[in-house]
Amino acid sequence: MHGKATKKITCDTRKELHAVLNLQSVGNMDIRTTPTPIIGQIETTSGTVAVLSTTWRWKDIWGSIKIRWSVGRMNYSVTPGLYAVGSPDQNSKVFVTGNYKLSVDHLRRALSGMNAWILVLNTKGINVWCAAGKKTFGTDELVRKIKFLDLAKIVTHRKIIVPQLGATGVSAHKIKEQTGFTVIYGPVRAADIKDFVDSGLKATPVMRTITFPLVERLKLIPVDLFYAKYYLLIIPSLFFIIAGLNSKGYSVDLAISNGVHAVVNLFAAYLSGCALTPALLPWIPFRRFSLKGIIIGLLTGILLFLAGFLGSSFLELISWFLMIGGISSFMAMNFTGSSTFTSLSGVQKEMKTALPLQITFAGIGLIGWIISRFM
Amino acid sequence: MNGLIYLKDVVTLELDAEKCNGCMMCTIVCPHEVFLVEDRKARIQNKDLCMECGACELNCPEDAIHVKSGVGCASGIINGILRGTEPTCDCSEPGGSSCC
Repeated sequence: MHGKATKKITCDTRKELHAVLNLQSVGNMDIRTTPTPIIGQIETTSGTVAVLSTTWRWKDIWGSIKIRWSVGRMNYSVTPGLYAVGSPDQNSKVFVTGNYKLSVDHLRRALSGMNAWILVLNTKGINVWCAAGKKTFGTDELVRKIKFLDLAKIVTHRKIIVPQLGATGVSAHKIKEQTGFTVIYGPVRAADIKDFVDSGLKATPVMRTITFPLVERLKLIPVDLFYAKYYLLIIPSLFFIIAGLNSKGYSVDLAISNGVHAVVNLFAAYLSGCALTPALLPWIPFRRFSLKGIIIGLLTGILLFLAGFLGSSFLELISWFLMIGGISSFMAMNFTGSSTFTSLSGVQKEMKTALPLQITFAGIGLIGWIISRFM
Repeated sequence: MNGLIYLKDVVTLELDAEKCNGCMMCTIVCPHEVFLVEDRKARIQNKDLCMECGACELNCPEDAIHVKSGVGCASGIINGILRGTEPTCDCSEPGGSSCC
């Protein structure tokens, strides 16, 4: 029923093992799965459980880089169900996570050297915190998995360790009522799990607090770079075409010379909002992200002006400042979704004034710039 | 939190200290140390740090905490406006926009 010796498996048996695991999982079976490195298997009363490696392969590292750049980000998932690290038995701890592969990867690496069970909920391939907000990492799914896998037979204790950021979806007292299991909230960061276990499952205030240091902000920037998706090609192309207009008709030479400046200005505005502002976030004055974005947009505009990219006429200059400010402000405001400290009420309040202004700035700027073509 | 504080006086968080039994769950689940429990009664010490995630409300066995929870995400709010629904980020749908 528990912790039998693990045996090395070959590529051939891996396929079979996947089939067993697939039978175990509940819910959406249409999700594409990205296999995690399996190094053995354990027989339990609920069936065969795969033993996961606690180290990252190059493939895992490469995968974690790719998804930051939005490559295959929506299909980076693991089959939900029960997994093991080391050779756990009926006394081993149970750690709960979501089936986003990066979540599982961080957890299995943090459990290196331990014997433990990993209970992977079906969060549709989404990380724990975001999934908890949608309640897919939630009370109902956790209860369902505990009952379906008959966890009460696999372990004799009645404790499950849930990541603290999962608390947005999980109600500890309801889990206790419905399954008899006591939820213990673990640290925010998987890297603190070892200390948390060593100190007898006690999370210190530092382990419980979420921060947003530079390195974390930088990791989230690439995802936002692709916010505009194919518009990143369409809009600059349109500017290129419009740049050729003048009072005498159309000039391809003009389109090329002015078009290059226009495209540089647009990308600079975009990047000042979705890369520069997030990176410099705590050091830019004002609390509103939209205002932070305007300030960085203004500085970007000044640099572009000094470089001679904002055109020759006063109208063109003003138009570019309005467009750069509007775009930078909007993209900066968009980073509220990536941040770890903005509230829904706050963002709603901010947007009520910011969004109409951003649209007005960008709209008037665009009209002004088009008019300036003919002057 | 090194200068990262959002807007003042907007948060919908409310605590009914009368109902509190001092179980400490709110201090355990809150990622921003909003609550403090003294003499077996919780109180709100850093209201402006609250990000309305709703973990405290969900984990309060006495139903003493109320907050209009949601995600502080501008593109989620725009999605909600466009679809005529509550603010929602569509991270869970393949090909959806990329918030959180």
